Amino acid sequence: MNAMINIYEVSETNNMIEHENLDVRTITLGISLMDCIDSDLEVLNHNIYNKITSVAKDLVATGQDIEKEFGIPIVNKRISVTPIALIGGAACKTADDFVTIAQTLDAAAKKVGVNFIGGYSALVSKGMTKSDENLIRSISKALAVTESVCSSVNVGSTRTGINMDAVKLCGEIVKATAEETKERDSFGCAKLVIFCNAPDDNPFMAGAFLGVTEADAIINVGVSGPGVVKKALEKVRGKDFEQLCETIKKTAFKVTRVGQLVAGEASKRLGIPFGIVDLSLAPTPAIGDSVAEILEEIGLEKVGAPGTTAALALLNDQVKKGGVMASSYVGGLSGAFIPVSEDQGMIDAVNAGALTLEKLEAMTCVCSVGLDMIAIPGKTSASTISGIIADEMAIGMINQKTTAVRLIPVIGKDVGETVEFGGLLGYAPIMPVNEFGCEAFINRKGRIPAPIHSFKN
Amino acid sequence: MKKSIVTVVGKDTVGIIGKVCTYLAENNINILDISQTIVQGYFNMMMIVDTAGMEKDFKLICDELKVLGDDIGVRIQCQKEEIFEKMHRL
Repeated sequence: MNAMINIYEVSETNNMIEHENLDVRTITLGISLMDCIDSDLEVLNHNIYNKITSVAKDLVATGQDIEKEFGIPIVNKRISVTPIALIGGAACKTADDFVTIAQTLDAAAKKVGVNFIGGYSALVSKGMTKSDENLIRSISKALAVTESVCSSVNVGSTRTGINMDAVKLCGEIVKATAEETKERDSFGCAKLVIFCNAPDDNPFMAGAFLGVTEADAIINVGVSGPGVVKKALEKVRGKDFEQLCETIKKTAFKVTRVGQLVAGEASKRLGIPFGIVDLSLAPTPAIGDSVAEILEEIGLEKVGAPGTTAALALLNDQVKKGGVMASSYVGGLSGAFIPVSEDQGMIDAVNAGALTLEKLEAMTCVCSVGLDMIAIPGKTSASTISGIIADEMAIGMINQKTTAVRLIPVIGKDVGETVEFGGLLGYAPIMPVNEFGCEAFINRKGRIPAPIHSFKN
Repeated sequence: MKKSIVTVVGKDTVGIIGKVCTYLAENNINILDISQTIVQGYFNMMMIVDTAGMEKDFKLICDELKVLGDDIGVRIQCQKEEIFEKMHRL
């Protein structure tokens, strides 16, 4: 029998929630759409709408009940679905056919009250079917005509190498999405992620989808808590690395236990199996909810200074070490996120001239996930965007980790200007991009072969 | 037994404990343990209570305690015990 909870422990927890931005970032309900497949587009859309609105009908209310009863904010309730390229294959003959599915997903999300629905996706790490290609070509329009739909494309993996035809196409699609949503500062691109080694169970948007290896419905939970780690580290300022790492581990453990509790409760109440907890430090633009501030607390004058990659590597590793024991199943992206627009410390570092795109790329080698929410000049060419994607995919492929690219080429804006997305997506200074070309590289056809260490049979 | 934690934080004043206890008694909520500290002039109390006997919905109790706190000028929260248990016990 454990000793009863004491007043100091209660205060610590409530202080984390009240003053250090501890929250559960998302309960994401994964829904398989495999049984919705039909060769008639209208029937397919009807099936999809019915399945989502019936499986997810209690999601938001249940999330709110848990929030209230335990006194822990659950910031987002979301849905991920089976990659739509697979679901729409039999019914969609054109890119525009796929757009109707995006509209159905948007309508279903609105009906059940979730703010994002992910899975408008294609998995093309080795090759593209006609259906995959149609879906990818429909993304720009789909994201322009919907509010809550999020899209992702997996273009590479350690097992298969990198599909460079898809990388080339995705550069063009990122640019097209920027153009289609240019009157809203190219906002559509904030809902589009290009992946290498995309996980099947990621609860975080915009890259969430429910992989084909998953059950019919599943609850995945993403925790957060950069502010809690920052506050804990203030108490070990100047101490050695052992104490630094121990503090991060213990804090990550506590934060993750809350995620595990919420995941278990949501699963029990909704009657849907629990999948994983994603142990991520996910920042928001709120003051005191920043991964950059943790890195600065570790000892950097500004993020981007020499030492940043090492500090991030240790942070990421300790978060995993502390979190793994706190949850029975860990998955998703699990690590520290470094989105620029969603993290006030990152924004400040860019504005101060401390943090560049190249340094961010180096940082993605040691953390989840990738070049995330970075605004770049609208004049950046599609082939340059493809080049940046290719670099990031190569980091993922060679290091056997998930990497991703979510770039926003802001049409009509250039370096020195700022773009505002609002809410959790924040605002971002437009960052300079290396202007030397890579067109001849991107225009080569085919794929980059799987790396030697993929042959583990 | 269904354990919950009631916390009261705010500026110290006469009768805080009395009013909270009266409310709990009226709703058939049994107090198992009380601890209290004053931190920097602020009243900080925690009660471990058993809500197994209450008739109202748990969320309603949370709301009513919050309103009671607003009346007294303190912040009252009622949370299920598991969030603390999970975080602080293996």
